Amino acid sequence: MITQQQKIRQECMVIVEQKEIADSIFELTVEGALTEEMSAPGQFVHIRVADSYEPLLRRPLSVASIDFEHSRFTMIYRAEGRGTNLLAEKRAGDALDVLGPLGNGFPVDKAKSKAFLIGGGIGVPPLYELAKALNKKGIETVHILGFENKKSVFYEEQFRELGDTYIATVDGSHGTKGFVTHVLDRLPADFDTYFSCGPTPMLEAVQAAYPEKQGFLSYEQRMACGIGACFACVCRTTKSETDYVKVCSDGPVFAAGVVIS
Amino acid sequence: MIDTTVSLPGLELKNPIIPSSGCFGFGKEYARLYDLSQLGAIMVKSTTVEPRLGNPTPRVAETASGMLNAIGLQNPGLQKVMEEELPWLEQYDVPIIANVAGTTTEDYVEVAKAISQAPNVHALEINISCPNVKEGGITFGTDPAIAQQLTQAVKAVSRVPVYIKLSPNVTDIVSIAKAVEAGGADGLTMINTLLGMRLDPKTGRPVIANMTGGLSGPAVKPVALRMVYEVSQQTSLPIIGMGGVSNVDDVIDFLSAGASAVAVGTANFVNPFICPEIVNQLPEKLQELGYDKVEELVGRSHRLCVR
Repeated sequence: MITQQQKIRQECMVIVEQKEIADSIFELTVEGALTEEMSAPGQFVHIRVADSYEPLLRRPLSVASIDFEHSRFTMIYRAEGRGTNLLAEKRAGDALDVLGPLGNGFPVDKAKSKAFLIGGGIGVPPLYELAKALNKKGIETVHILGFENKKSVFYEEQFRELGDTYIATVDGSHGTKGFVTHVLDRLPADFDTYFSCGPTPMLEAVQAAYPEKQGFLSYEQRMACGIGACFACVCRTTKSETDYVKVCSDGPVFAAGVVIS
Repeated sequence: MIDTTVSLPGLELKNPIIPSSGCFGFGKEYARLYDLSQLGAIMVKSTTVEPRLGNPTPRVAETASGMLNAIGLQNPGLQKVMEEELPWLEQYDVPIIANVAGTTTEDYVEVAKAISQAPNVHALEINISCPNVKEGGITFGTDPAIAQQLTQAVKAVSRVPVYIKLSPNVTDIVSIAKAVEAGGADGLTMINTLLGMRLDPKTGRPVIANMTGGLSGPAVKPVALRMVYEVSQQTSLPIIGMGGVSNVDDVIDFLSAGASAVAVGTANFVNPFICPEIVNQLPEKLQELGYDKVEELVGRSHRLCVR
């Protein structure tokens, strides 16, 4: 993980575009000066979806792509609860209260020549900005992305433009039937570094598949403050019985083998 | 010129706005966002004798206009707090209210004795009301006799004034307040969280790993306000009021109900800049209401609510 002290801002950003790109999956682009503070793929922002007490807390959303030239960034999220359903109702021109950027992203410099990017569901988005950043540095990227079913697949074409892309769906309605690990089983492990983001069981399976490889994983935990103050998102580590990390401020990206999930 | 200063046992506050314990860590995270010297005081996270790792996750769950938490008093322990956290805070011109927790009277006494020696600790807040740990905490805060004994024991060793943090999870909060007053408390802080629960409608299981958690946020404000209103009229102890404070109007309400200063908790998670925002808005709000001093508002509801 990289520990950096970038500036955290709270900004009333402007929504440039919002659209549903797959079943209940929304792509939301906002514009504002906060974008300039972003330092690495894999960081997240904390969104206040309503200017009221209902829902009360912010929603952490990962950043899928950054457009520094236009001071814009894009998030991809699944509308599944009260907060994200309210967010999905917002339209271009609406204001959005954003706190960020938060957390430490993927260490792009650690990859040498070829990387596997392994994502599951709503863990796929941050891998897109990561793939772009790695490509820019001349690193070959292979994308292994898992989804529930054909209707929930997104960004397949975008990833294909950046490198070989394999899709797995749980019900087999698109790509390989099963999980990303079923795809990985058949691919030669000819990469030096892997990066992964998705549900915890997937992260564990990926780590178990490549014990000898350098890997970096982005974790998810329920959060309140998002800045490291509330101790809601704490995970134990392999370092010692008493060691712990906060997913929001120490992560969300950690080197493989560190976090006990 | 509006006078926002507040004078309390051990505490000369620039203004009555204090981030509450457990919502502000030891200040480091918020210090990245603004100058902590703007605050009236800081209530730092509960400190226990030994480091505590806290409860399993999930530790928080959102509820209607509020949230549940069961962090479990995670903290680095007395030694690290004394050697690292408190000295780090010395760079700011802000009094620290150290929150003391434990599972036995001896624990409280040990932490209180040591932490009250720290140069920037101007008062102690004794947490006898944490609903999220199995032993101690709330068990000290729900029985008047035990609360009184603990207050006496802590008072005997503390170098600075002692405030007792009261639990709302009692039938008669006034009896607990009177007991700790008899035990020699210098002030009260109230309220801690209300014990609550949220279930997953799909599985029927509690959302929080600890099963239950403490409810905070705007949802608890009416309960807190009523308790401050009652207790402030039946004890002579000054009160630092808290419970769902989210804006400057809430601060006015707590002062009016009888609190001398006001702590802001959950709102820091929603808007990390909320404390300095309220500090900046307070003079104008007082002027609007026709008051020159914060202290003139304290308990004004008592005079107005003649039954």
